[in-house]
Amino acid sequence: MLELYRQMVVIRLLEEKCEELYQKGKIGGFMHLYIGQEATGVGAISARQPHDSVITAYRDHGIAVACGMEPRVILAEMFGKITGSAKGKGGSMHLADVTRKFWGGHAIVGAHIALATGIAFADKYRKSDAVTLCFFGDGATNIGYFHEGLNLAAAWNLPVIFICENNKYGMWTPLSRVARVTELRRRADGYGIPSEVCDGMDLLAVRAATEKAISHARAGKGPYFLEVMTYRYRGHSMGDQRQYRTPDEVRKWQAEDPIGQFEDVLLKSGVPHADMDRIDDEAKRLIAEAVQFAEDSPWPDVEEIWKDIYADIEPERN
Amino acid sequence: MAVTTMAKALAQAMAEEMERDNRVVVWGEEVAAFGGTYGATQGLLDKFGAERVLDTPISEGVIAGAAVGAAMNGLRPIAEIMGINFAFLAMDQILNHAAKVRSMFGGQFECPLVVRTTSGGGRQLAATHSQTFEHVFAHFPGLLVVAPSTPADAKALLKTSIRCDDPVLFVEQATMYSERGEVTDDAEYTLPIGKADVKRPGKDVTLVTYSKMVGISLKAAAKLAEENIDCEVIDLRWLRPLDMQTVYDSFRKTNRAVIVEEGWPTYGLSAEIAARIYKECFDYLDAPIERVSQKEAPLPYSAPLEKYMLPKPEDVIAAVKRVV
Repeated sequence: MLELYRQMVVIRLLEEKCEELYQKGKIGGFMHLYIGQEATGVGAISARQPHDSVITAYRDHGIAVACGMEPRVILAEMFGKITGSAKGKGGSMHLADVTRKFWGGHAIVGAHIALATGIAFADKYRKSDAVTLCFFGDGATNIGYFHEGLNLAAAWNLPVIFICENNKYGMWTPLSRVARVTELRRRADGYGIPSEVCDGMDLLAVRAATEKAISHARAGKGPYFLEVMTYRYRGHSMGDQRQYRTPDEVRKWQAEDPIGQFEDVLLKSGVPHADMDRIDDEAKRLIAEAVQFAEDSPWPDVEEIWKDIYADIEPERN
Repeated sequence: MAVTTMAKALAQAMAEEMERDNRVVVWGEEVAAFGGTYGATQGLLDKFGAERVLDTPISEGVIAGAAVGAAMNGLRPIAEIMGINFAFLAMDQILNHAAKVRSMFGGQFECPLVVRTTSGGGRQLAATHSQTFEHVFAHFPGLLVVAPSTPADAKALLKTSIRCDDPVLFVEQATMYSERGEVTDDAEYTLPIGKADVKRPGKDVTLVTYSKMVGISLKAAAKLAEENIDCEVIDLRWLRPLDMQTVYDSFRKTNRAVIVEEGWPTYGLSAEIAARIYKECFDYLDAPIERVSQKEAPLPYSAPLEKYMLPKPEDVIAAVKRVV
């Protein structure tokens, strides 16, 4: 349990550091922070076995940490350095670690929902009991891929856990302004997929719901849909002025902060405060070392652009 | 060797590769129970069962996307998109995902998949169902694009594509499924990636083409031979990687070229080939390069209009006569 606390703290500190580094110009591109949603990724992923797969959208830093990726590799990737997880070719939105069955970080909204069905198909085809956890935001539920992916997963009885991180806004637009059905779990009904809603600020609730969903899929009963009610404290991406929501709304969610809540749970179960303080300190050191590692790492050589385009042929250079 | 149709040659290629490698699976609209809209997957369901040969809903995005996911996770899927015109709906998966997951994630992911699709006009299906735009896919690094011109090539190139560790768009011309030709039964016969084929040697003019237009060009070459004009016909086979060396070798011999494509000329395949010949063979040039392409209008339903718009042997003959 302390490990789950540690992961949430690492994510929070990493994200705060990313925000600072972005403002300093060390990190470029689009960047989407996970602050506020930590319990969703950590809680859900803590329910998986190592052979289960995870795939997500571009708000991927927290998912990457929960899958076990090292902050140093994550930060080096965001710095665009050769020591990054994608050798600096992917950036913030395209973190991945195939050794941990974390299939990315994908930035075309909803497209990875289709990939998840294929990943799950491959496991099922090999008679593995592995399942695939597919995270996406409420903003992805109005794109074709969502509907095509849910339908295929149901039609082919694929072991996919669709985890909708409902953080209330697709970019800057509240769901209610662009959809009549805002209880997203009801959409799963339309595809014959069982579903559940859970409190995304409560790590143990997310974990319990995911465990249930995983055992359903692992038993060969097909996909499951979780709607996790959560909130991003920061904007959609960096530079978002957040004029579409009130400070009161943000404060209301922050009062239910997932890390604070889980700290209370641990204290009540008898974990000494000092243990958590120690974890906080270690996490700070870990992030500081990761920043240093990213800073000290070399840039990729320009020759790197010709690598990893193809497996079987040499790229034609121009 | 036996004479068979293009559709059967394709089915043979898939059956042999499925026999050889149990990571190969086939899915798409009507590919299982009905053996494919054009019969190219006939017999696969009976032979390999419903776990390996799957009918999909009409959902091009997830047909292609699931193939990308399965390929990343260790399978070698063959996804059929019934027509390239519907591949607009799968373009994001083919170009943004299949073509990029290897490089964008720093080489962590494999993507050995084949997307089979049909292309081209000639069936009175009107403007949205008759297009030829495989060269658009060939614009993107990371994806291989191949388009066979004979049943023998179709079988060997499909086997090459299935064994290839990179994503391949395999383009079949929609009116060619019943064309017949000699096809080998040697299950190990494949063709190299990115090698063109000289379908007819000649010394006066180089015709550069691929897919259905190879047959059109060969017909034109036969007619021209009666007038003592000796055409060399190069079947590119692969639009990416593009075998320009074979084209340059021919052009340096003939000093004249006509490029024959079924699609429109603007930003098309012929523009690319011509630009490369001009740059690499400028000193060998005896006449401006000619292009034979589709008339630049949406393809109409009416039979005489459709016939008028698509390249014919006479168009090739006229173009050759402009360069000799």
